[in-house]
Amino acid sequence: MPVDVIMPQMGESIQEGTLVKWLKKPGDSIGRDEPLFEISTDKVDAEIPSPAAGVLKEIKVKEGETVAIKTVVAVIETEAGAKAGASAPAPAPAAAEQPPEAATATGDGPKPAGSQPPARTEPSTPSRPTPAPAAGPSGGGGGGGLRTPSPAAQAAPRGGGAVTLLEERLRTKSSPVVRKIAAEHGVEIGDLTGTGISGRVTKKDILGYIETQESAPAVPQPAASGGAPAPAMEAPRGVAAFAPGERFERVPMTAMRRKIAEHMIMSRRTSAHVSTAFEIDMTRIAKIRAARKDAFADRHGVNLSFMPFIMKATIDALLAYPTLNASIDGTDVLLKKDIHLGIAVALDWGLIVPVVKNAQDLSLAGLAKSMNDLANRARSKQLKPEEVAGGTFTITNPGIFGSLFGTPIISQPQVAILGVGTIEKRPVVIDDAIAIRTMAYFSISFDHRLIDGAVADQFMARIKKTLQEFDEAQV
Amino acid sequence: MRPRSDLAVLRPGRLPYAEGLALQERLVSQRRTGAAPDTLVLLEHDPVVTLGRGADPAHVLLDRDRLAARGIALFETGRGGDVTLHAPGQVVGYPILALEGARRDTHLYLRDLEEVMIRVARDFGVESGRIEGLTGTWAGSEKLGAIGVRIHSGWITSHGFAFNADNDLSLYGVIVPCGIRGKGVTSLARLLGRAVPTGEVMERFEARFRDVFDVAGDEDGVFVLTECA
Repeated sequence: MPVDVIMPQMGESIQEGTLVKWLKKPGDSIGRDEPLFEISTDKVDAEIPSPAAGVLKEIKVKEGETVAIKTVVAVIETEAGAKAGASAPAPAPAAAEQPPEAATATGDGPKPAGSQPPARTEPSTPSRPTPAPAAGPSGGGGGGGLRTPSPAAQAAPRGGGAVTLLEERLRTKSSPVVRKIAAEHGVEIGDLTGTGISGRVTKKDILGYIETQESAPAVPQPAASGGAPAPAMEAPRGVAAFAPGERFERVPMTAMRRKIAEHMIMSRRTSAHVSTAFEIDMTRIAKIRAARKDAFADRHGVNLSFMPFIMKATIDALLAYPTLNASIDGTDVLLKKDIHLGIAVALDWGLIVPVVKNAQDLSLAGLAKSMNDLANRARSKQLKPEEVAGGTFTITNPGIFGSLFGTPIISQPQVAILGVGTIEKRPVVIDDAIAIRTMAYFSISFDHRLIDGAVADQFMARIKKTLQEFDEAQV
Repeated sequence: MRPRSDLAVLRPGRLPYAEGLALQERLVSQRRTGAAPDTLVLLEHDPVVTLGRGADPAHVLLDRDRLAARGIALFETGRGGDVTLHAPGQVVGYPILALEGARRDTHLYLRDLEEVMIRVARDFGVESGRIEGLTGTWAGSEKLGAIGVRIHSGWITSHGFAFNADNDLSLYGVIVPCGIRGKGVTSLARLLGRAVPTGEVMERFEARFRDVFDVAGDEDGVFVLTECA
């Protein structure tokens, strides 16, 4: 049956739109929510999805024409028998004209230019991403091409509606930092009373809560993965920290020190750490660097160090061996689609691991720049919490202090960490002759629960090959 | 106002325009599937003239070859708006947001982007405002910030704003900015009579963007170690 496609209203004060481009021709079949046409209003171009699955039967408004909102611009013939589309004719944007939460906002109205933006009141329950059409009739409609899950449901690990709601409720009530702390300590944020805006649980709230919980006797610990229960910072029982008469100064740990301590113990207890080391010939990289570093600095404003090359090779190897870019969730393995590369930065007052997000998308220069920016801001304490969260793999560089190789501890919930040893010239046997080459040991600590030695070694061999045969065109 | 959601901020540095487009494309598709949160990309571009969908080619005063001879690329792009120019020293912002509820209003979105720019300018002691009917941010009758936006299906935004922090304004001689004749362009640096580091401006954009779009940062304002090696 035919479904009218209308010019949507893209905003309260917008009464017309210009049809810029049809993305389908009459006779083309189209899926529900697939972009059908593009419109332009003021400084905004928008692509408008189809309200239904079917065949584009008729186009009523030509490209370049400006028509009032709600004008029928096309007709779609839905597949025979599929009634679902007909009952949900509004395209996604238009469906938003009357979302549940709009009711409270309408009174404010958009103010004329020159004023502050209107205060947007919202109900305290979270506004769900509005899959209005999907939530409604399509569920039972059975139109073959209907795509029902909302973005939020897809993002949720196991997609249950209740889970999504709870997730969102928590999200709106707490910052990423708080959620992270809660996850590490197995605290249900919902159990806490927040003192922040709208009852939001603040970092202070959760740290206070954890402190009281940990000082309380016999705290039931959450069964995390292996059910290993002890609180992370428990003092070793039966071993006195000092002997009578021993001279010492008592210094409280900084917050960062405590956090590192907790995390290290937690990681040791969580993962079955195994380490392996490779020796890699960095001569080619050293030469590329020497030849390109001035031009690189001129063009990009950052120095070309070894690190971007190592990051590039690591990203390549992670794409080839995705189990290294993963987490363990109960008895499931979560293979992470994006590579968020943590780079350990030593600080005078500790250690921090800023994360280069979506590192797989960055060029060598992009990697150099974001790493440089993050490291600088780490040293000047300018990092945002989200910039040190969400890493999927970590590189640490003990070599800068002269270490040949380290056996680093995995940053949870990751499953491996690469250590770069000192890069220096060494005598090396090549074709039975002794040559001077720029060499480095690379080590990796991996979680043997998930990764076997063979995979870890193939991963390392891949990094070695990439670095030794680095494609100069990438610089 | 209550912080509503998380915002990631990406600062990839200075990119050729094509790389900026590719980055936006990836972020939009990741945003759509929920793989990425709302994201604000803050960057600088190599010199480029871009034409929006509504652009009049006559507003580019040099042809492609002559632009290239001056080191300026030329792109036709899928945002709204007319002709504009990007160059190093200009802070370009690409908010990749999934607009929801009452925010699904393109005029409101444009006013919000203007508001962010007005507040950033104010942070530097510069008063700017809006001119009815001329989207953007204006200091007197001179344009300080330009806007051009694309809404993808599902109300995912891309493109965004370009704010003249400390760019070479003489480059604007090759276009009629946004097709508006008789109005000049200016920059924060010119208004202040001093150099303005784009890094500082980006910091302010990050903060003011969070204010205007009331998205969450860490309310305690300190960085916290969450990952260790």
